[in-house]
Amino acid sequence: MIHRFANPTRFVRLADVIQPWAAGMTFLFFVTGLYFGLFASPADYQQGETVRIMYIHVPAAWMALFCYTAMAAACGTALIWKHPLADLAARATAPIGACFTLLALVTGSLWGQPMWGTWWVWDARLTSVLILFFLYLGYMALNNAFDDAERGFKASAILALVGFVNVPIIKFSVDWWNTLHQPASVLKAGGPAIHASMLTPLILMALAFKAYYLWVLLIRMRGEINAMKVRALRMRQVQQADMADKVAAGKVG
Amino acid sequence: MSSFIAILSRDLNLAYRQGMDSVMVVMFFVIAVVLFPFGVGPEANILARIAAGVIWVAALLASMLSLERLFDADYEDGSLEILILQPITLEIAVAAKVTAHWLTTGLPLIIAAPVLAILLNLPADGFAVLISALALGTPSLSLIGAIGAALILGARRGGVLLSLLVLPLYIPVLIFGVSAVDAGLGGFPFKSHLLALGGLLLATLALCPWVSASALKQALRS
Repeated sequence: MIHRFANPTRFVRLADVIQPWAAGMTFLFFVTGLYFGLFASPADYQQGETVRIMYIHVPAAWMALFCYTAMAAACGTALIWKHPLADLAARATAPIGACFTLLALVTGSLWGQPMWGTWWVWDARLTSVLILFFLYLGYMALNNAFDDAERGFKASAILALVGFVNVPIIKFSVDWWNTLHQPASVLKAGGPAIHASMLTPLILMALAFKAYYLWVLLIRMRGEINAMKVRALRMRQVQQADMADKVAAGKVG
Repeated sequence: MSSFIAILSRDLNLAYRQGMDSVMVVMFFVIAVVLFPFGVGPEANILARIAAGVIWVAALLASMLSLERLFDADYEDGSLEILILQPITLEIAVAAKVTAHWLTTGLPLIIAAPVLAILLNLPADGFAVLISALALGTPSLSLIGAIGAALILGARRGGVLLSLLVLPLYIPVLIFGVSAVDAGLGGFPFKSHLLALGGLLLATLALCPWVSASALKQALRS
């Protein structure tokens, strides 16, 4: 199963089928999610209208963790099974994950200013998410730092796996330390602690973000595959031109 | 074990004969710390408040500066390939090289730290905690740094890249190192912070040689 989609052509054929659906789902969930989030849900009795920032912030933070986990899984797959598309998937995921992380940090800070009275506090949750952002940046920098693309893939894959220790720290930072950031209220034992009217837009937005990730991931992976093809074609052209020169000079054949 | 000692003594010999490298690290550490009284002003109580953090951050940067040379010289002159061909596990070799790195950079930093603590007016009851926190923390810095040093072999602009890779991973050590000293100064029990640093050291000791050995193999394969 895992090797069945190692063939880029087969993967592109599958991506052709999924991509329009992912795009459609993204559009659908964004529209309904924004409608419920902005109009059809009540303002919070404590937070007022600013609670609506949460419908962006929470899914973005979930996606920041999800993308890193997906990236680390892809990197592990690439290192263990030498799966050619796993490298590309990890490389394609990194910028998306970094954007979600930045979005979570920025929206959190916009929400924090009216609610906590400060843009930023150095508590465990915020700090560990900031470190996650740096890990994404380090991954991307290392990925592009080598002339040999393969070496960049392997080195950054190891880095991504090392950085994965941060993911459980982020998840449990609100339980292990006494933080200003509130503990989990949706994914917790005993069911979600928020009312259905607010849970609906949250879930819809989370689905929208997930579909968006899938959509952009497929676009980026196709781009990477095409870039690889272009590189291979160029190499062949250079080789052929080189060969032709040598033949003309009478050195070969 | 004998190969561990052989590699360790080779690296120590090299460091001793080249001499300046570990002196430079200490000089950087001293100068970086001395800049702070000029930056924040020479008021004694402010300096005493920030002393632990300043010393830790400077030690972190100083230890990072010397990381680039950890595997780079061996990579360039080919001795790393010889090392991989030897019938010893590469993890042992990495552990030996990291130990040598700590002895030539971490240990001098620990020795220099009390002098700087006096300059920054750190209260006397913080000294013992600062030294023990540094003694537990700096080996972890060398171990974590070895991963970064192995990953950047053959990269463009390796030095700058190294800081981007390694500094985020240094943050836990920094947090517990500084909070141990702060707890000691405030009269709180600091044992838990030191235990956390020790736990970090054990975890990095178990994982980092393994990870950087696999990074070295990747670097030499391509």
